[in-house]
Amino acid sequence: MDLTVTDLTVARGGVPILEGVGFALAPGAALVLRGPNGCGKTTLLRTLAGLQPALSGDISCPPEAIAYAGHADGLKAVLTVAENLEFWAAIHGTHGIDAALSAMNLNDLTDRQAQNLSAGQKRRLGLARLMVTGRPFWLLDEPTVSLDTASVALFGAVVRAHLATGGAALMASHIDLGLSEAAVLDLAPYRAAPRLPQGFDEAFA
Amino acid sequence: MIALLARDLKLAFRAGGGFGLGLGFFLILAVLVPLGVGPEPRTLALIAPGILWVGALLASLLSLDRIFALDFEDGSLDLLATAPIPLEGVVAIKALAHWITTGLPLVVAAPVLGVLLNLAPAAYGWLIVSLLIGTPALSVIGAFGAALTVGLKRGGLLLSLLVLPLYIPTLIYGAEVVIRGAVGLPVATPLLFLAGITAGSAALLPFAAALALRVNLR
Repeated sequence: MDLTVTDLTVARGGVPILEGVGFALAPGAALVLRGPNGCGKTTLLRTLAGLQPALSGDISCPPEAIAYAGHADGLKAVLTVAENLEFWAAIHGTHGIDAALSAMNLNDLTDRQAQNLSAGQKRRLGLARLMVTGRPFWLLDEPTVSLDTASVALFGAVVRAHLATGGAALMASHIDLGLSEAAVLDLAPYRAAPRLPQGFDEAFA
Repeated sequence: MIALLARDLKLAFRAGGGFGLGLGFFLILAVLVPLGVGPEPRTLALIAPGILWVGALLASLLSLDRIFALDFEDGSLDLLATAPIPLEGVVAIKALAHWITTGLPLVVAAPVLGVLLNLAPAAYGWLIVSLLIGTPALSVIGAFGAALTVGLKRGGLLLSLLVLPLYIPTLIYGAEVVIRGAVGLPVATPLLFLAGITAGSAALLPFAAALALRVNLR
């Protein structure tokens, strides 16, 4: 199954910010979204994940095949690393968190509460969550924020392993992710002209 | 679903989880009322059903904004909304977790506090029954209010204003059961109304709350 996006218009706060977006992501491929701050990278990812409706256009792939990782990692401060990860594995009906723990180098931290983790360790745990979702398409919003060089390399290896097993990844980032094979899509040309659609009432959107 | 319930209960019982907040409030209220009203046993017996029900209602109101706000702040709500379990189920489970951590302790504590308020002996059974039947409605209606106000900064006041009018029928019928029970009148009618409110809100409000959550997550 491909993730094909055609002529997509996404809106933030009821105002279109990207229009005519189109790309295809085949299994085994990675795509990096680039663009200046506020151009709509996060909005596009949230729309693809099914968290908000698109104004127009088609997304070929149902949200059920997509795992989304936003700016916040969705960690509970008083749960340990293992408990956090086991919870998401149970929610997604998958078993075994060991592979995810070792892939993100979290084995030594399993019994530590998430509130005692550093920012980079939290991020690693947030990324490990993707591995237990068992979903083929990963949408990553600034995945390498607060990661050190070694952890970025770990992240790169995890994404490559995911691609090798037929997964795909769509990443919004300003930073070099160390994934030379990833294609790059610049969102600047898709910026919507500032206007409000006819008869549009935000209260009923 | 069970994993979500287990997680929410675990979070509530760990440090800072808010378990005991409602119970503590209930206890303080029931201790302060006799001091404020005076020790006249007949007066206390007269107001006991109402005070106990108002106390239970306010205690349950106290922890409502935690139902979704904490998950919204740390991003879990986004991830739950994209998870394979339906959002309606998430709402129902979270309301259940709220009831187990807030409503159920109130049911257990109420008879003890009834002693402080000189509640009529015949009313104890009906107090437990009415709270057992009525407090789930408080949690479900509260979860709906919390879903409406999630994402608002300092939404607690708005939440109270939205939810309190919806609590009134539960309060009236709940207290009526205890008042009638205390004097030996038949309680079937208010009890049935109370059960009807709980059943109706548990059946319908998770859908409304899930809809409100989806709008607020945009």
